[in-house]
Amino acid sequence: MSSKSQKSVSKKDLYKDMLLIRRFEEKAGQLYGMGHIGGFCHLYIGQEAVVTGMNAVMIEGDQVITGYRDHGHMLVAGMEPNGVMAELTGRVDGYSRGKGGSMHMFSVEKHFYGGHGIVGAQVPLGTGLAFANKYRENNNVSLAYFGDGAANQGQVYEAFNMAKLWNLPVVYVIENNRYGMGTSIERASSTTDLSQRGLSFDIPGIQVDGMDVDAVMEAGRKALDHARSGNGPFILEMITYRYRGHSMSDPAKYRSRDEVNEMRQDHDPIITLKEKILDDGDIDEDGLKQIDAEIRKIVNEAAEFAQNAPEPDPSELYTDIHLEETA
Amino acid sequence: MPIEVLMPALSPTMEKGNLAKWHVTEGDEVSSGDVIAEIETDKATMEVESVDEGTIGKILIEEGSMDVAVNTPIAIILSEGEDAETAISETNTNAVVADTPVTETVVATEEPAPLTNQVEITVREALRDAMAEEMRLDDRVFIMGEEVAEYQGAYKVTQGLLDEFGKKRVIDTPITEYGFAGIACGAGMAGLKPIVEFMTFNFAMQAIDHIINSAAKTLYMSGGQMRCPVVFRGANGVASRVGAQHSQDYSAWYASVPGLKVLAPYSASDAKGLLKAAIKDPNPVVFLENEILYGKSFPVPDTDDHIIPIGKANVRQQGSDVTIVSYSRGIEYVENADVELKEMGISAEIIDLRTLRPLDMDTVLASVRKTNRLVVVEEGWPICSIGSEICSSVTNLAFDELDAPPLKVSGADVPMPYAANLEALALPTTNQIVDAVKKVTYTT
Repeated sequence: MSSKSQKSVSKKDLYKDMLLIRRFEEKAGQLYGMGHIGGFCHLYIGQEAVVTGMNAVMIEGDQVITGYRDHGHMLVAGMEPNGVMAELTGRVDGYSRGKGGSMHMFSVEKHFYGGHGIVGAQVPLGTGLAFANKYRENNNVSLAYFGDGAANQGQVYEAFNMAKLWNLPVVYVIENNRYGMGTSIERASSTTDLSQRGLSFDIPGIQVDGMDVDAVMEAGRKALDHARSGNGPFILEMITYRYRGHSMSDPAKYRSRDEVNEMRQDHDPIITLKEKILDDGDIDEDGLKQIDAEIRKIVNEAAEFAQNAPEPDPSELYTDIHLEETA
Repeated sequence: MPIEVLMPALSPTMEKGNLAKWHVTEGDEVSSGDVIAEIETDKATMEVESVDEGTIGKILIEEGSMDVAVNTPIAIILSEGEDAETAISETNTNAVVADTPVTETVVATEEPAPLTNQVEITVREALRDAMAEEMRLDDRVFIMGEEVAEYQGAYKVTQGLLDEFGKKRVIDTPITEYGFAGIACGAGMAGLKPIVEFMTFNFAMQAIDHIINSAAKTLYMSGGQMRCPVVFRGANGVASRVGAQHSQDYSAWYASVPGLKVLAPYSASDAKGLLKAAIKDPNPVVFLENEILYGKSFPVPDTDDHIIPIGKANVRQQGSDVTIVSYSRGIEYVENADVELKEMGISAEIIDLRTLRPLDMDTVLASVRKTNRLVVVEEGWPICSIGSEICSSVTNLAFDELDAPPLKVSGADVPMPYAANLEALALPTTNQIVDAVKKVTYTT
C-alpha cells in the first residue's frame, strides 16, 4: 500500500457533497429552461450517493472517467461549481473554455478525465488510465463509470478482456438507473444482473444499493482494495435511479409517475442520509438548514458567475487544435 | 510423372526468398505433409511441406541459397520406377537461382547532399529503428498491437523490439482494435506516449471512433488541458490480391480531421525521420505506411538524430514543365511514368507531400507558379480525395498561374477487385499519369 492515505470523510461531508450535486443540477435544469444552457444536458439527480460514496473511499491520484451524465462526478472530484456551470453556459471561464459543454469537461489537476459523449467509450479509456497506473507502478486505481445502456456496448467487453488479461487496476462502476435513454433494462438486456457481466472474463462483481451512500462506500472499499492489490478489475453494479428524464428534452413518458414518486419518497439518498445524521444526533435540524443555505449560496453564485462570464473570443475557434511544442 | 516442388510464396507480395534449410536429402522417402524444407523472407520463416508422396530425386536449390524467385523449382519428387536424370530432362527444369531478383531494388533519388553517412536499409527497418531509438530516449513510449511482440510484427516492422524493451513496453493485444485503441488513448491522456500498430488500417475502422472522438478532439474539447499523444501506425493503401476489405487508402479520411496530424511517407529516410517526429509530437498522429514499400531499400542517414519535420513536402525532382504531386506509393507510380516523360522531353517537378495534414500547400503552390501545370497522383478513390483538395486549393490560390485545368489521377471509383487484371485496372497506371501530363502540357 502506498503512503497516499484515504481521506477521512464525515457524514456531514457526504451530505454536503450530495446536496451540492442536487442543488447544482436543479439550478442547471432551471438555466436550461431559461435558455442559458444549450444542447444536451443530462442531470444526475437521484444518483448522488454513487459518486459521493465512491469519491469518499478513493485515495489521492485515483482517476475518474465517465460518460455524459458527468456533473456530479466533477463536483465531488473538487472541480469548482463556477467553472462547471460556466462550461454549461458555454463561457470562456468554463473548464473547457466553453468549447466542451456539458458532456466534455476535464481536469487534469483533479484527476478527472471526462466527460465523454460516445456511449461506452470511457470504458476502454478508463482501462487505459489503469494501464498507465500499472505502467508507472503508482498504486493508483482508475474508476470507469458507465450506465446500464453502455453495458451492452461491444467495446466494454474488449476492455474487460484486456483489463483482466493484464490485471489492470480499474474499478468499473455501472450506474444502473434502469433506463438507457427511454428503454428499460428489461427491454434492452438479455441478462439484467450487470454485476455478472465480467464473469466470463473472471472479473468479480457485486450489486450494490446505489441509493445508500454507506453501502456504496463499503462496496467501494472492497473493489478499490481488490484492484489496488494487483488482482485486476472489479465491477460494482450500483442500483440507482434518475428522477429526471434522460436529458432535459426527455419528458420520460416511458415510466409511471408512481414509479418515480416511490423512489423519491422511499429511497432518496439525501433523505436517507439526513435521517441517519439526525439519528446520530451530531447535527440537528438547524445545523442541516445552515448547510442547506451554504449550498444554495454556492450554487446561486455559480449560476450568477456562469451567466456573467464572457463568451469565448472568436479567435478561440482556431486554438487548442494542436499543441505546438514537442512533448 | 516426376513432381516439381516449387519455391512457394509466403504472402501475396513476396517475390523471392531464401532457402534456409533442407530437412530431406536425395533418396529420402516422403509422404504428403512431411516437412521437407524451410524458407524465409525478411518477414517470416515457413516450413515447406511435401504435397505428394515419393522419393526425393534431386535437390535443385542448395540449402542457404538467397533470393530464390517464387515458383522456381527447388526439388523433384519421383514416383516408383522413375530416376532423377530422366526426370530433370523430362521436366526441362531451368533450376537456377534467379541471377537477378524479379524486382530490382530501386534506389530512389534522395534529398540534398547528405552530411552524414548513408546506409541502405528497407522502409521496414527504418520504421523499426525509429521506434527503437525513441523508446531508448523516452520510457513513456511503448508499442501495442496485434502480433507486435512475440511474433515480431505481422509485417516484421517490430522485429527485435520485444528482445530489447521487454513485454512491459512491447505488448501483444487480442484482436480487438476498438478496445486497444481506446486503452491507448486513455494511457495517452494519462501522460504516456503509446504507439498503436494496426496490422492494417482496414482494421482501424473498428477503432476509428477512438482515433477521432477520443484522440483528435480531446485537446479542443478540454480547452487545451488534456492531450492524447498517440501514434496510430500501420499498413495503409492497396496491398496485393487481397480484395476489397483489405485494400483501401484511408489518407483522405484521416486528412480531413482537425486535431490529427497525418503522415504518409514513401522513402525509408522519410519513414524513419517522420516516425521519430510523430513519436515526439504531443498530438495524435496517424502514420500511414504501405505494405508494398516495406521491403524497398533506400539510403538513410546513419544517425539516431534523423528527424523530418511534420508538415513539409519534399521536392524529389526539380522540373519546369509540370508539377506532379503524390505521396506514399504514389511516388513509385510517378517515378515510373517519369521515365517515359523524360523520353518525351517533358521535365516534371515531382513533389512528395509526406505529410497529408497539415498539407504543405506553400511548396505545391511555389512549384505550380513555376510550371503552371498540375497533376496529382494517388491510389485512393477519386471522390473527396487528397487530389480533390489540392486541385481545389491550387485553383483557388493560383488560378491565374495555371495554363491548364489541374488533373487528378486516382484509383478507380470501385471496391478493390481480386482478379489480377481488374486489380491492375483499379490502380493508377503509368499510362494514365503520362496521359494526364500530356493533357495539361498540351503535348500531342
